[in-house]
Amino acid sequence: MLSIKNLHARVEDKTILKGLNLDVKPGEVHAIMGPNGAGKSTLGYVLSGRDGYEVEQGSAELDGHSLFDMETEERARAGLFLAFQYPVEIPGVSNMEFLKASVDAVREARGDSALSSAEFLKLARVVCKQVNLPVEFLKRGVNEGFSGGEKKRNEIMQMILLAPRLCILDETDSGLDIDALKVVADGVNSQRSSDRGFVVVTHYQRLLDYIKPDFVHVLSDGKIVKSGGPELAKELEAQGYSWLADHPDEVPAE
Amino acid sequence: MTEQIDKALKREYEAGFVSAIESETFAPGLDEDVIRRISAMKEEPEWMLDWRLKAYHSWREMEEPEWAHVDYEKIDYQAISYYSAPKSMKDKPKSLDEVDPELLRTYEKLGIPLIEQQMLAGVAVDAVFDSVSVVTTFREKLAEAGVIFCPISEAVHKHPELVKKYLGSVVPPKDNFFAALNCAVFTDGSFVYIPKGTRCPMELSTYFRINEQNTGQFERTLIIADEGSHVSYLEGCTAPQRDENQLHAAVVELVALDDAQIKYSTVQNWYPGDEEGRGGIYNFVTKRGIAHHRAKISWTQVETGSAVTWKYPSCILKGDDSVGEFYSVALTRAKQQADTGTKMIHLGKNTRSTIISKGISAGRSNNSYRGLVRMNPGAEGARNFTQCDSLLIGDQCGAHTFPYVESRNASAIVEHEATTSKVSDDQMFLCRQRGLDPEKAVSMIVNGFCKEVFKELPMEFAVEAGKLLEISLEGSVG
Repeated sequence: MLSIKNLHARVEDKTILKGLNLDVKPGEVHAIMGPNGAGKSTLGYVLSGRDGYEVEQGSAELDGHSLFDMETEERARAGLFLAFQYPVEIPGVSNMEFLKASVDAVREARGDSALSSAEFLKLARVVCKQVNLPVEFLKRGVNEGFSGGEKKRNEIMQMILLAPRLCILDETDSGLDIDALKVVADGVNSQRSSDRGFVVVTHYQRLLDYIKPDFVHVLSDGKIVKSGGPELAKELEAQGYSWLADHPDEVPAE
Repeated sequence: MTEQIDKALKREYEAGFVSAIESETFAPGLDEDVIRRISAMKEEPEWMLDWRLKAYHSWREMEEPEWAHVDYEKIDYQAISYYSAPKSMKDKPKSLDEVDPELLRTYEKLGIPLIEQQMLAGVAVDAVFDSVSVVTTFREKLAEAGVIFCPISEAVHKHPELVKKYLGSVVPPKDNFFAALNCAVFTDGSFVYIPKGTRCPMELSTYFRINEQNTGQFERTLIIADEGSHVSYLEGCTAPQRDENQLHAAVVELVALDDAQIKYSTVQNWYPGDEEGRGGIYNFVTKRGIAHHRAKISWTQVETGSAVTWKYPSCILKGDDSVGEFYSVALTRAKQQADTGTKMIHLGKNTRSTIISKGISAGRSNNSYRGLVRMNPGAEGARNFTQCDSLLIGDQCGAHTFPYVESRNASAIVEHEATTSKVSDDQMFLCRQRGLDPEKAVSMIVNGFCKEVFKELPMEFAVEAGKLLEISLEGSVG
């Protein structure tokens, strides 16, 4: 469903991604690990179309459609979801209003009928419970005064409500204690299905104890330098990223 | 990103049409004779004419203020026409059936049907077209409650004792240059009297429309809330799209006697001029209320129109335990300029005031908050809380804050908070990543920023104000 070929991208004058290849099939969970500065967050931003991130060459397709031919919001409506590492606050805009507008936009693009306010509220309440956020959070401003953990759970709530095709989780584990991490992982696991793909970007192996990946890739200096199964994450955890330098590509990146 | 926001902010000015109405318009120019003619058109009593002439002579001695943070070409006061009224109004239509249908259509097009059955339930409207009031609805129903709601030109005849007593009592003719001019040449506006202990059964509103070219509009509103009464009043305003500037210099006076409450809301949408700053209304307005013992005056304004705005709705908190509030949203874009804020003059003991000002600047506009909080020696235990927030959209606009605090009573407490923020790339990206188009994203972020003020508007109008902001932002939110 997601096919990235030879992707080169830069921010301002600095080339960050230097020939990245990745294929994600429906139902698969891919973990992307790597040292700081390897380009992990850049990948999510380039795919979702953040301003300032420029594609130099290469392609990325979601369900056969070129992502780079679409506006940011069109990519979202096509089913691309990015869970942010640092979710931003939008003061005064209630979570409920924001979520409803977002779900409406995505549903409309899919050709689904709009949900009534009552239907939406009912759904939102269930999801709130699922990610362990009190229902009052629907009335609060988007991420306004939320703790780090609450922000992340709010991201997962959005993901569940939007039911995307492909989810990119950008270091969703950063800053979470173990309980919050479990809630987030449970939320993600509940959404795993045969027609949905995940790209889980993380610095630490810890998250992968809870979200079991099918594939693990190591991103270093803008390229995937190593790919393998879940065991690769354990090796990295045990040996550190410097170990990579001594073990050049044994499994070619897809 | 800036480009997208600019696009999102561009708008069509929906109220920019001109109605084909034959008008009787004075030739441009201002002298004693013009004032006598205005007074004669209104068949005013001698005392009213004398009052006007006195104001005119004061005005001639005064200088146009230049302290505001706005920049515009000097106004030629001899090039403006001071009176214009639809010819059909000359016969003084007795009922709606006799009013020129084109006039009614104009208001209908603006979303203000004047036929009572079609109107928002619970809202009475005085419709002012150029220099005259066309219709005032629900007058009989209001009269049952003892409420007087009529054009001020009519009040001069029917309620001279009230007009004589209160006109100019809050904003004296010599108050400032524009107020003096208004006193000399005011043509129409609304008059409201709420009797003792009465809660006005309906929302009252006045809708001002400028239609004729090259005329100024000088309206005058006087609201008197007698002891223990309550009233909520709203004004709206629009004008056609033209390349020339037009002057609107109004005066609004509020009198809240002991234990009375007046809530005055404005949704100002005068033509703002085009992208290059051509045309638009000069909105130079003096609004002030006086609150007696335990009375409360609350100003709420949503200012999105006008090329230049100069406006400081103020409260004189004369009585002990009186309360003043000012809630404001001012949006400027393209080359609009706004210098707006309030004055809270604390005279009585334990008087309280709250100021919440939200300024939004976009394009190449300039948006200034100017506020004065004065604690007089007698204001024992008085309190003020001020919060001024500015939101910048793009990097070519300006936001300025000029807060003045004068405290002459050691027991008074004055608090001031101010913030400046930008619609950030992060916020835009979050919204768009969740499937919202940029227009919707900007409009949502701006509406969120204004929420504290919108919740102060009467419910019927909160929706309208939200919509107006959306039109201003060219969003299309459901």
